[in-house]
Amino acid sequence: MRIEYTGLSEMQGSLIALEGVSGVAYDELAEITLGSGERRYGRVIRIDGERVVLQVFEGTTGIDMERVNTHFTGKPITLPLSKEILGRIFDGSGKPLDGLREVFPDELRDINGSAINPVRRMYPRSCIMTGISSIDATSTLIRGQKLPIFSGAGMSHNELAAQIVRQAHTMDTDEQFAIVFCAMGVKNDTAEFFKKDFQESGALGRVVMYLNMASDPIIERILAPRCALTAAEYLAFHHGYHVLVILTDMASYCEALREFSSSKGEIPSRKGFPSYMYSDLASVYERAGMIYGQKGSVTQVPILTMPNDDISHPIPDLTGYITEGQIVLSRDLEQKGIYPPVAILPSLSRLMKDGTGEGYTREDHADLSNQLFASYSAVADARSLASVIGEDELSDIDKLYVEFGKRFENNFVAQGMRENRTLDQTLDLGWQLLYMLPRSELGRVSDKLLDKYYRGVK
Amino acid sequence: MDTNSYYVYGVNGPVITVRGGRSLPMMSLIYVGEDKIPGEVVSANGETTVVQIYESSAGLTKGQPIFPTGKPMTVLLGPGMLSNIYDGIARPLRAIADLAGNFITKGITLPALDTEKLWDVKIEAREGGDAKGGMIFARTQESVAVEHRCMIPPEVFGKFADVKPDGQYKVTDVIANVVDGRGKKTPLTLAQEWPIRRSRPCAKRLPITRPLVTGQRVIDTLFPVGKGGCAAIPGPFGAGKTMVQHQLAKWSDADIIVYLGCGERGNEMTQVLDEFAELKDPKTGHLLMERTILIANTSNMPVAAREASIYTGMTIAEYYRDMGYHVALMADSTSRWAEALREISGRLEEMPAEESFPAYLPSRLAGFYERAGYMETLSGLEGSVTVIGAVSPQGGDFSEPVTQNTKRFIRTFWALDRSLAYARHFPSINWTTSYSEYFLDVKDWYEDNFGHGFTKMRQQIIDILGKESSLMEIVKLIGSDVLPDDQKLIIETAKAIRQGYLQQNAFHKTDTYMPPEKQMVMLEVMLYLYEESRKLIALSIPLNQLTETGIFSAMYKMKFDLGEGQTKEYFITLVDDAVSKVLARNE
Repeated sequence: MRIEYTGLSEMQGSLIALEGVSGVAYDELAEITLGSGERRYGRVIRIDGERVVLQVFEGTTGIDMERVNTHFTGKPITLPLSKEILGRIFDGSGKPLDGLREVFPDELRDINGSAINPVRRMYPRSCIMTGISSIDATSTLIRGQKLPIFSGAGMSHNELAAQIVRQAHTMDTDEQFAIVFCAMGVKNDTAEFFKKDFQESGALGRVVMYLNMASDPIIERILAPRCALTAAEYLAFHHGYHVLVILTDMASYCEALREFSSSKGEIPSRKGFPSYMYSDLASVYERAGMIYGQKGSVTQVPILTMPNDDISHPIPDLTGYITEGQIVLSRDLEQKGIYPPVAILPSLSRLMKDGTGEGYTREDHADLSNQLFASYSAVADARSLASVIGEDELSDIDKLYVEFGKRFENNFVAQGMRENRTLDQTLDLGWQLLYMLPRSELGRVSDKLLDKYYRGVK
Repeated sequence: MDTNSYYVYGVNGPVITVRGGRSLPMMSLIYVGEDKIPGEVVSANGETTVVQIYESSAGLTKGQPIFPTGKPMTVLLGPGMLSNIYDGIARPLRAIADLAGNFITKGITLPALDTEKLWDVKIEAREGGDAKGGMIFARTQESVAVEHRCMIPPEVFGKFADVKPDGQYKVTDVIANVVDGRGKKTPLTLAQEWPIRRSRPCAKRLPITRPLVTGQRVIDTLFPVGKGGCAAIPGPFGAGKTMVQHQLAKWSDADIIVYLGCGERGNEMTQVLDEFAELKDPKTGHLLMERTILIANTSNMPVAAREASIYTGMTIAEYYRDMGYHVALMADSTSRWAEALREISGRLEEMPAEESFPAYLPSRLAGFYERAGYMETLSGLEGSVTVIGAVSPQGGDFSEPVTQNTKRFIRTFWALDRSLAYARHFPSINWTTSYSEYFLDVKDWYEDNFGHGFTKMRQQIIDILGKESSLMEIVKLIGSDVLPDDQKLIIETAKAIRQGYLQQNAFHKTDTYMPPEKQMVMLEVMLYLYEESRKLIALSIPLNQLTETGIFSAMYKMKFDLGEGQTKEYFITLVDDAVSKVLARNE
């Protein structure tokens, strides 16, 4: 028997409330039919006796209190999944946008997912080579990692993400590889940019896209990453794909969360964001990893534009506390015309220590990377001194550091958008630069490795 | 208790309202809904009782049944906890994985201990002998590293009766009875239950006199924490809080480690599981996992269980303390716990205080940290719980409420510094903003165990570092070339201390842990070089003649050479050689 409730008792923002309802479950999906016949969807977010509060994904615009019928479906929000989703484009709630029919499901999955049991997690150790020196050498991406790109408005994060997608590969080549792309509140141009790039590189057949544009309803924006990650988990842990998930832009996602929270009348926390933003972001970011006995993996590269380039803003701040490192882009480098403008010092990959070095990449990888960090951080000191006393007055060693810094940025960090460097090329380049400095300055590398690698250009 | 009259009335995230009666005790454990999700009563008002539940509330409907237990939330304590991993309310995650697979599903209730396993038990209770709370009545080897001492629950007194002989028993088997004066029998098993929010009693609190030796130079030398003390590690993301916690869990000289992953990354727990199953305790040679208990509430696991997890961890720590062990509890991170408190408080529509944390945040923090201490147990042994809490301040700003309130209840403060981390100086403990109030308490122990004169040398190191930081203000403006030689020496020596001593490579085979005697050698050699250099400067010999010999660079690598087995004499000779070379040049 199909029960429908007619009329509402309250409307506010994207929320509606109904009275006299019974037998409805928390988090259940509801179908809302407007007087015009238009159908929208909503989710139960609060039960208070006979009163039920729903959030409407498509927004409440045009709904009136009388002419509306609500039907509760008796199940949570699920995403229809099958291998057919590869190559398809969906909206934020998983409905087709490409004019093709709905996915005929092999399986319906709750988009909220469940936490991976920590005892079943497999610690990620296998490197993903991106062909980008500033990532491969010093902030190596590991399969199963969540490594966000912290950027700012107007910087080349999209180009960098696209290059990662184009070039990413692992040591094994015959494995199945797929990309899940999730756009949240981005401009149409951005989505087009990625679509075009996937097309040109011939990857489109391996890409699933979930698009929520800047003008789309915010509630869908909150669902979009969950749909994308549900699809990614399905491909990874059901079909054995290695899935790379691009989520852009997490800042829009968080702002949607704030808007939604304030419409619910919740007590705001820092900068008006809800106090549960950490848990909420974790429920997105933690859905990455590898599982014992499973072939596939989920790797996340979320992109977020830091409001006002401020890394201590709640969005990058909470993200950094959850993700396993971050790649930070620098406006300084961008202005110097360096692509990719990766700020080496604040960038970090927490998992690289266990996935690099002998047996994984190359024996000198870890030490070299440490040394590059340390030397480049001495560059910053020398530069700030130079800005006070002038470059000419610097001591000889500080002058060397300033020169090292210049070459490091221009030759090592900078590379072409289509330039795909092998790891050997990247590491050798690093050694070549370190050779500028006297051996006694290289305190982070063992003597054994120095004997082998500290030498001039081959 | 009538289980049928209560029902779910409302649902708001992890906060459930219940109606149908007025006799649910505050903070008692109840099971909610058809899935029997565990929860605790947190408030009541008229006909409505409010319950926070420890799993997702998706799927709950109005009218679903409630199953009250009338008891507070407890954890089952007994043999089999070591090398195990639990969720925030002490459910065994391995057993859950066997039952439910790769993902954690709802409504699984399992006992914390394996009730089928047989333990080789040696009984110490004597038929008819006096029995009192806290007394050890049986022993069993829980892991190769740790003997489990089964104690009479604290409030039980009387005489032993029906004592079983030595043999193999399950945790639920009755080993003996205690009969009190009125003839009331209390059965004793290997395991006992204890409410997580109540601290376990002990005979008395003892003064803190011994440090927790960690093998981490900056901590042992500059900012020690006493056994039974409390330390906090605040730091922005990427500063290495978790690395410090891992290092302490690996190398500190505690008997038992309780590692609490509270709202942190899933992969970090996996890393601990993997690494500790391979690494060996430098003191005993046993695998680290043999002395470790893990509690995992990763950031995507239910938030209410995060609030409970630190109490679960503390109760387990206290239980091992009562056996006479020194326990270190690592809580990573207390900020996530405070945020869980805030989230639930928000759902309960309580009046918010600073940064919308509830007003009772300081008293809850105090309640947690005050459960640490060096105690005489009810059975007359000595045991301690040391608490090391990571704090994740928003934006790395130490003025936020969790850091500030934590500072009031801890006495060792390891302030992690983002700029040190950027320069890959690890552990990134800032030596000017960190402090330890325990040093005076444990000073005598250091003099006796590290070596005579340690206190003086430590003070010299601190002075040099202090002078360097004021000199750096000048250097930043004019460069170091123009400084007089005695000031240059401060800078050179401080650099050697920073790079050679304070920095420690957690991934290096030998440098990851440095025993006290080697730390002492390093201090002696570095200060010897400093004194010798001062003599040269007094002779008006330029310092750069000495630096050219490379003796200061040798200081940077001394830690590795010591790890390879070099001795103090070798380095003293190295210094002497360099000095005589310079002297010869100036003849």
